[in-house]
Parts: sequence; structure tokens; C-alpha cells
Amino acid sequence: MIKQMQQIERAACIAALWAAAATVILPLLLLLSGSLMSDAEVAQAMGSVFSGDRSAEFFLFAQYPTLRGYLKLLLDSPEFFVMFWNSCKLTFPILAGQLLVAAPAAWGFAMYDFPAKKLLFTLYIALMLMPFQVTMVSNYVVLEQLSLLNTRWAVILPGIFSAFPVFIICRFFQSVPRSLFDAAQLDGAGPWQIFWHIGLPLGAPGIASAAVLGFLEHWSAIEQPLTFLKDRWLWPLSLFSPGESAGQAAVSLAASAVTLLPPLLVFLMGKQYLKEGISASGLKE
Amino acid sequence: MKKRQSSIFRNEGLAFIAPSLLGVAIFVLLPFADVLRRSFFTAGGKFAGLSNYAAVLNNTAFRLAAGNTLKFVMLCIPVLTALSLLLAAAAHRLSAEACRSCSWVEVAKTVLLLPLAVPAASVALIWKLFFCENGFLDVWFLQWFGHPAACMETETAFYVLVFSYLWKNAGYDMVLWSAGLSGIPRELYQAAEIDGAGGFARFRYITIPQLLPMLFTIFVLSLLNSFQVFREAYLVAGEYPHTSMYMLQHLFNHWFADLELEKLYAAAVLTALVIFLLILALQKSWKAGIAD
Repeated sequence: MIKQMQQIERAACIAALWAAAATVILPLLLLLSGSLMSDAEVAQAMGSVFSGDRSAEFFLFAQYPTLRGYLKLLLDSPEFFVMFWNSCKLTFPILAGQLLVAAPAAWGFAMYDFPAKKLLFTLYIALMLMPFQVTMVSNYVVLEQLSLLNTRWAVILPGIFSAFPVFIICRFFQSVPRSLFDAAQLDGAGPWQIFWHIGLPLGAPGIASAAVLGFLEHWSAIEQPLTFLKDRWLWPLSLFSPGESAGQAAVSLAASAVTLLPPLLVFLMGKQYLKEGISASGLKE
Repeated sequence: MKKRQSSIFRNEGLAFIAPSLLGVAIFVLLPFADVLRRSFFTAGGKFAGLSNYAAVLNNTAFRLAAGNTLKFVMLCIPVLTALSLLLAAAAHRLSAEACRSCSWVEVAKTVLLLPLAVPAASVALIWKLFFCENGFLDVWFLQWFGHPAACMETETAFYVLVFSYLWKNAGYDMVLWSAGLSGIPRELYQAAEIDGAGGFARFRYITIPQLLPMLFTIFVLSLLNSFQVFREAYLVAGEYPHTSMYMLQHLFNHWFADLELEKLYAAAVLTALVIFLLILALQKSWKAGIAD
């Protein structure tokens, strides 16, 4: 009887996980299949999106797979390359700056006591939670004063001072044993030496997970570039839309798939750090 | 000795934080203070008292958007928290057994986390294919019930947004819960099992109380992610979606585009205040769990 109950429970667990995983995979599979279709097949299967009054026809795989969409995208859409590089030129400086600024700050919060520390950390959590639209207008004001609007710096600089990496990295530094810190101090190591030789190596997984999370976040940023960059030639890939006319359908789908590629690679390479980073942010202080 | 050390600690700690704090001050705090000041003035620069705030609170679009946003947060976060906890518990239970299933449980967890990497721009087309006019759902509904689902043109649009939030974040919260679950000592369960507690009783009396301290962080991170659902909303439904999914973010964008800055200043201050108070209240109410 108990054995039977356990069997049922087990089957329910398996079913729940499979169902959830299938729900997650389905749209991604459709995206991949769609990107391998010819214009004609897209027009038939996705008529509702691309040609207005036609109905969609459900599919799982492309019937006549072709790479024409990708070829057209890569050979015949110069703006796509510009936007791809724009994405890189925004994302990587943000990440580099974030780590340069956030790692020491997280170390300061994790290892030291100073007045108003609690208040400051609460402030960082609150800032981390503010939706972009709340700080949009104040950001705009300061970027205008510094005459940085419509330059890459308008997206990069506010991105660097995001509170989120400080929060994540801090959680990792908090698990550095206090005794190690005290021992290094007794041996006469200065604060920067301790940070460099103990903090950074032990907190490396935290920094890696902040970098992975940061990459995923900023690669798909929409609001900041849309608001602060008027010039379309500065726009990143996340704003690429070749138009939804029937003739552009295959290119559109290929572009969606290619946009997904870099974060997918980063995800697969960094999934361990990602899981560790997310877990660490959940554990209690 | 101790005292002197702590005073040195003080300055060193601040030195580590200084660059970050300076940037935050320049790009967030000072401009926000400026926005706060401006929210009390008219466009012409005359002191206006609270009249901008009154204008915002009486604005129908603001009431609609604030109501929708509140409804969204109040519905999504509990549902997401519960759903991801169930999934995490299922995964935990399976991997606790013979390790033959461990590997694919890990794979399932990774798959569920995948949407974190998917840019809104990539998946927007697929959501359109499912939910917009003449899409899959409309076709299926027509076949089964004789009328289209018309998700994006009716109140259902709101639930499409809920669905896309759950799709995106279930795996993220699941990893958070998994971390908590693997921290619960096995002996507790074994003891309960010997005492004859069933699966549900163990979940109710061991798992939930043990996980309570994590609730604050999970709530905070879920709230953080809930604001990003705007990206999907914007890409799927455009600037003017059905009123049921008209969020504060849409409104802020419109006021920004129309240069209705006074209202925008006041609304930004109000929203920031609500979020800040929410954090303080949550921190207080869960302090007992987090303190030790």
C-alpha cells in the first residue's frame, strides 16, 4: 500500500517535470523550425503573423528545411551586422565596468562594518528593484546634462552602476570564512591584498555568475537603448525587426534565432555558475 | 584594541564601496533628488505644492495602469512561488532516490532555466503566433468551440502576460527553492517517516517551515523579474495593448513621449516610494526568519 502510494507520488513528480519542460521547450522548438522554413512555408504556417488575414497552421518541424533565411540574413542584411556589433559594444563594456565597480563594493558590504551599512544595503536592494521606467526620467535628466544622450555611454554608464551584481557577489563573499580574513590581517596583509589574494579567488564563482546573469540581462535590453539612443545605427540586436511583411518572414525568424544564439551559448557554458549564483542569492544572510 | 580595529574597518569598508556609491549617486540618487524637487513645481517653474500628485492620482490612465500592475504582481508572485516550489519539490524527491534518475532531473532543471537566456525579441514572434489574431489558439478554439479565443482583444490578454511571466521565471525560482530544499537535513524526514507521516504531512510540517526564511529573497527577486514582463508585452502587443494589460510601464513611456514631465516626475516618486515601503515592510515582517 505504502509502496503503491510512493509509486504514484513518483509518477506524479515525473509527469510534472516533463510537462513543465515540454512547455518551456515548445516555443523554442517552433522558433528553430520556423527559422528553417522557406518564405512560402512560413507564409502558410504563420500566415496570422506575417500576412494578416490568414490563419496559422500548427507545426512542429519544417517540412522542407532550408537555410535560405539565414543566408539572406547573413549576406543581405548589413544592418544586422551593425546591430550585432552594437550589442557587443554595449554589453561587454557594461560587464567589465560592473565587475570593476561591483566586486569591491560587494567585498566592502560583506566583510566590513561601517555606519549606515544596513541602510545602504537596503538602498541597493531598493534600487535593484526599481523598474527602468521609474528611473528613466532621472537618468534622462543627468544624461542630458552630461550631453551623453544618443551615445553608447548613455546605456553603458547607468548599466555599470547597477545594484544587482553587488547584491549577487556580496552573497558569495559572505561565505568567505571570517577566520581566513583575520589570519591574513594578523600576518600583516593590507586590505587590498586581502581582497586580491583571498576575496577574489574565493568569490570567483560569484563574479562569474554575476557576469553570466549580467550578460543575459543586457544582451536582451530593450528599454534603455530605445529611450536613450535616437540614432538607429546605434541600436542593438534586441531591437532588430526587419518588418513583418510576407517577404521578410524567413529573415525575421532567422534573426530571432541568431539573436538567441550568443545568450544560449553563454547559458550552456555558464549554467553551473548561473545555478550557483541564483542559489546563493536565495540563501539567508 | 577591538575598538581601534573597528574604526579602521570603517574607513576601509567605505573605501571599497566608494566607487560604486559615487556612480550610484551621480546616475541615480542625485538625479532622483532632482526629480523629487521638480515634482513639486509646474512646467513654468512655479511652486505647485502637491498639485502634480493630485493630477496623477486623479488621472484615469494612471488608475488603470496602477491597478493592472498591482493585480499582476499580486496574482503572479504567489502563483509563481507555489508553482516553482512544487516543481522544485518534485525534482528534489526524484533526485533523492536512486541516482539513475539524477542526471535527467538535472537536465529538466536546466531546461526550465533556459527561458532566462531567451531575449524577449526572440520569443515575441512565437507568442504572436500562439496568441494573436488567427493564431494557434484562435484556430483551435474555432475547431473545438466554434469561436476564436481572441486572447489579445479581450480581458484574456492579462492572462497571456501572466503566462509569459510564469514561462520565463519558473525555472529561476525553482533553482532558488532547490537550494533551500537541499539545505534541509535528511534526518528530519527520516524521523517523520518513522513516526508515520505521509508525503503531504512531511511537506506541510517540515518542508514549508524550513523554507520560510527564503521567502523574502524569493519574493524580492520575483518582484524584480515581474517588471521585466513589459518587454514581452511591448513586443507582442505594441505600445497600446488591450486595456487589461496596460501597465505602469506603458503609461510612463507615453508620458515621456508626450513630454508630460510633471506627471511623470510625480508618478516616478510615488512608484519608488511604494516599492521602497514594500521592501521595508517585507524586511521587517520576515526579519524573524532571516535574523538567525
